[in-house]
Amino acid sequence: MDALASLMDGFAVALTWQNLGLALLGCFLGTIIGAMPGLGPSNGVAILIPVAFTLGLPATPAIILLTSVYYGAMYGGRISSILLNIPGDEPAMMTTLDGYPMARQGKAGEALALSGVASFVGAFFATWGLVFLAPLLVKVALLFGPAEYFALFLLAFATLGGIASRNQAKAAIAAAIGLGIAMIGVDGQTGVPRFTFDNVHLFDGIDFLVAIVGLFALSEVFIFLEHRGEGEGAGKAKTDLGRITVPLKTLKETSGTMTRGTIIGFIAGVLPGAGASLGSFVAYTLEKRFVDRKGTFGKGDPRGVAAPEAGNNAAAGGALVPMLALGVPGSGTTAVLLAMLLALNITPGPLLFQSNPDVVWGLIAALFIGNIMLLALNIPMVGVFVRVLQVPPRILMPAVAMISAVGIYGISGSSFDLLVMVGFGVLGWVLRKLDVPLVPIILGVLLGNMMEANLRRALTISNGDWSILWSSPLTIGLWFVAIVGFVLPMVAGRFFRVSRHHTAAEEGADPD
Amino acid sequence: MTSDRIFGGVGLALAAFFIWQATQIELGFSSDPLGPRSFPIIIGGVMALACIYPLVKPDPEADWPALGRLLEIALAVAVLIAYALALPVVGFVLATAVAAGILSWRLGSRPTGAALAGVGISVGIYVVFHLVLGLSLARGPWGF
Repeated sequence: MDALASLMDGFAVALTWQNLGLALLGCFLGTIIGAMPGLGPSNGVAILIPVAFTLGLPATPAIILLTSVYYGAMYGGRISSILLNIPGDEPAMMTTLDGYPMARQGKAGEALALSGVASFVGAFFATWGLVFLAPLLVKVALLFGPAEYFALFLLAFATLGGIASRNQAKAAIAAAIGLGIAMIGVDGQTGVPRFTFDNVHLFDGIDFLVAIVGLFALSEVFIFLEHRGEGEGAGKAKTDLGRITVPLKTLKETSGTMTRGTIIGFIAGVLPGAGASLGSFVAYTLEKRFVDRKGTFGKGDPRGVAAPEAGNNAAAGGALVPMLALGVPGSGTTAVLLAMLLALNITPGPLLFQSNPDVVWGLIAALFIGNIMLLALNIPMVGVFVRVLQVPPRILMPAVAMISAVGIYGISGSSFDLLVMVGFGVLGWVLRKLDVPLVPIILGVLLGNMMEANLRRALTISNGDWSILWSSPLTIGLWFVAIVGFVLPMVAGRFFRVSRHHTAAEEGADPD
Repeated sequence: MTSDRIFGGVGLALAAFFIWQATQIELGFSSDPLGPRSFPIIIGGVMALACIYPLVKPDPEADWPALGRLLEIALAVAVLIAYALALPVVGFVLATAVAAGILSWRLGSRPTGAALAGVGISVGIYVVFHLVLGLSLARGPWGF
């Protein structure tokens, strides 16, 4: 049981006052970020990265802070889903279906408490899954050479484009845009400048944090400007919640639902490209299909609240598995977390478990601690977050824009980066209007240089023979999964596509 | 329909420009078999191929806002650009108060409320990030 021993060491790392404080702060901020419609896990974490970075936090505390925000946002999303019928973030979309009807029946408190418990169950068991699955994946990943890594990166793009978006061509364009941006700057292997147009600012390349904050956070501000005055119901949250407890009977009735939701969510999270939205969607849909005999789903069935919440929180934990073990994120927010690690000069992947076990296991231990904090924050203290929901977008959004700018300016102290950020904000807005997914862009910007380095290394080994890319069983397997992951949703994916189209109609929706 | 066609066309032009620029990258004396040009050219190729699809089979027309709202967004962009340029000159607090105030006004606050929101956001960020957390912010002629 190496994993358990390492986990104990992790607790030793995490249980310092500073780390506990950061975990608590992260959980609190995360719940607020999740609860606010328009601020979701990926743009919330995106804004905070440059801030955490410029504060000069060491790697472990910084990553503890941000993953606590990540977990917290998954909890927080349900609050406005239940009270306002507006999902606080995209993964909480399915929670509106039964959560809001429960609130209408005067059971808002019960729905909040039940969904809090379901979130806890999902996140708790998914973190255990992370403890055991990640080291196994690391063992496999240690066999990877450059050709395998190249194929793995390709797989990440392919499944992300295949599963998570409605139009594969647009996902491919997005990935190419991201990879193209990553090419800007001095080439790491030969030292020649590429696509710099003799501009000194471009020699170091485009900082991925600038791209992320612009694409996610700033484009959100533009979306709000565009839809100003539409559906301004956010001020009308009911502050009268009723009893915030769950009857034991309900807990017993929903335990099976939570278990199934957790398992499905975790699997959905581990798959590259799927993420928490898919986790909650599949958990809800399957639960409805198999246990909804009396047709009560959609009318305030507690199981319809428990399933998606267990699903999305379990998926959030599952998505950390490929990010930590392989360095390939499974969702938008884990891509943003990967950016954080890269900014701290830590490259996730199998070597991370050997060279920086304190970071990995400290983080995992912090997730357990944070999860307990979140349960405490989200059931007795949920009223605090309900108040926060009443901050109107006309004050929230300027604050988001300004905090984004503070973080970016803090990194480099140059106006140039701010201008680039504004440019990415506009690009993000246009692409969202055109239904082009943003996550492949981020993935491209993040992974582009590593992908190229591995390709060139592989071809150096083979002396320029391209067949090295598909000559080992591992590479063939990865190519196979990549092609299936990209093509299958086109052929058989109506199941997901039709239902997810509805969710994408919400342009404000934040990718998880 | 049209938006996607324009998007595909722009993408195709961009891909062509990208590939052309990639062929202009100078090669060093010694290099690995692949060199610095090939991967960007592959990316450009993928981009060009993928751009054909929206040209041939565009999605339904995107839901663009009315002209007035487009101008609002253009104004916000102008404010943010001005903010980026003014920041090193007038310092964090003044620049942020003005920019946040204008954004808040355009998002629907009344002028006085917007001014208060701008000052509040600016001073709030200054206190939290600079005074409490010690982050260095742009200094103006008055030291803040």
